[in-house]
Amino acid sequence: MQRTALLLAIVLFMALAAGFGSVTAAPVNYQLPDEVAAFKPGPNLEVVQGNCGACHSADYISTQPPMKNRREFWQAEVTKMIKVYGAPIDDADIGKIVDYLAATY
Amino acid sequence: MLDRRDLLKGAGLAAIAATLNSTKALATDTVTLPFVNGERPLVKYPQKRPMIGLTSRPPQLETPFAVFNDGPITANNAFFVRYHLSDLPYNLDPDKFTLEVKGRVDKPLKLSLRDIRKMKATEIVAVNQCSGNSRGFFEPRVAGGQLANGAMGNARWRGVPLKTVLAMAGVQAGAKQVTFNGMDGPASDKTPDFIKALDLEHATDGEVMLAYGMNGEDLPFLNGFPLRLIVPGYYGTYWVKHLNEITVIDSVYDGFWMKSAYRIPDTPNNAVEPGTAPKATIPINRFTIRSFITSVPDGAKLKKGGITLRGIAFDGGKGIKEVAVSIDGGKTWTNAKLGKDLGKYSFREWQLPVKLTTGAYELKVRATSNSGETQPDQPRWNPAGYLRNVVETVRVTVA
Repeated sequence: MQRTALLLAIVLFMALAAGFGSVTAAPVNYQLPDEVAAFKPGPNLEVVQGNCGACHSADYISTQPPMKNRREFWQAEVTKMIKVYGAPIDDADIGKIVDYLAATY
Repeated sequence: MLDRRDLLKGAGLAAIAATLNSTKALATDTVTLPFVNGERPLVKYPQKRPMIGLTSRPPQLETPFAVFNDGPITANNAFFVRYHLSDLPYNLDPDKFTLEVKGRVDKPLKLSLRDIRKMKATEIVAVNQCSGNSRGFFEPRVAGGQLANGAMGNARWRGVPLKTVLAMAGVQAGAKQVTFNGMDGPASDKTPDFIKALDLEHATDGEVMLAYGMNGEDLPFLNGFPLRLIVPGYYGTYWVKHLNEITVIDSVYDGFWMKSAYRIPDTPNNAVEPGTAPKATIPINRFTIRSFITSVPDGAKLKKGGITLRGIAFDGGKGIKEVAVSIDGGKTWTNAKLGKDLGKYSFREWQLPVKLTTGAYELKVRATSNSGETQPDQPRWNPAGYLRNVVETVRVTVA
């Protein structure tokens, strides 16, 4: 009796294990955990959340190394996001974002 | 694709979530990588064990280094994750998945996953390594993903040779390159989609593979389920995930991710004077040779006596000829015993028994390939933080 139950459990387990991602499986529906990172408090925080946070999480910024010339570094990063990655940032917001980044990271 | 209004709405939601602080719940612990600003959360994702969280949207996960002491194959649930763009195909349906092969071919193809799995399968053991692996150790520091040494892994990939699929489609005369696009895309349609290219000769070398299997299982979602490109010996940037579009072209592809990003200096050793910019660049390509001590972490306190040092070595595909170990900071070197050869693209294990007496030790490891390539004593530098392969040092004290 016990052996039958064990066998059944093994068969069930193998069926489940085979289920994920096999050719006949249902759509994946992969669930990411909630975002771990948040932007630190600082000047123009909402502008940064709205613009930078639209395409990537805050840890893209917070994990960057401390640079000698922070303002120049962050200005270059913001310019890269606009020119290279097409970030739709209003001209009026560029200075505000650089101010926040240079003051906060 | 989203328009600007949706982007702002999405960001607003993210901001609210951040305010509610619901976000810390899944960070189980933190680790500190050995460079300035190296604190990272340990995060738990579906199909993954706790990993070093570099970024959360898009997800980027680094393998905790201790994993590399478990053996030459990196477990699927510990394998690193790197994405560029945040619109991932989270709800993809493997039954509806189609790989399209088009461009300069006689017979454009639309292959289902079932079609691909019915073809004759091949396997290869190969290291995948992020171009920016170890970028956090660059001095002067450079912008980009600040990784320690865990953005690499070695797996047994199963799939079909790209050569076979291209032959089915019939590559036309005059074709020069093949481009690869996956289902992941940008949040904004102004951001260049992530598309990579290989020369036709390389794409049809019989080794470049379309893989659906990894270490005897389906690819984990975050490693490219249901199909990814395998480019043995080449940096991970070419190993396009969720691959669903292959295009044969009669020119050299000039998209952003080939023409502007992932470039290395066109100089000896692809290095420049630290802090300077190269005059000319080329696309990044094969791995530089590397080796690591995996059995002893930096800063370890050991008991005096005999100990067997263990580790791994790999290169861009010539294969590892020898691994030498120094326990006196590089003054004298002893060849280690190499482990089983799983193929020229695989991690090669090594081990060496040593005797340690009381004191401080600098343990070093240096690999040499079958072509004679070896590792430099001093780190080489390039502005993007690629190709790191300095001789690694592990400092221990023995009592």
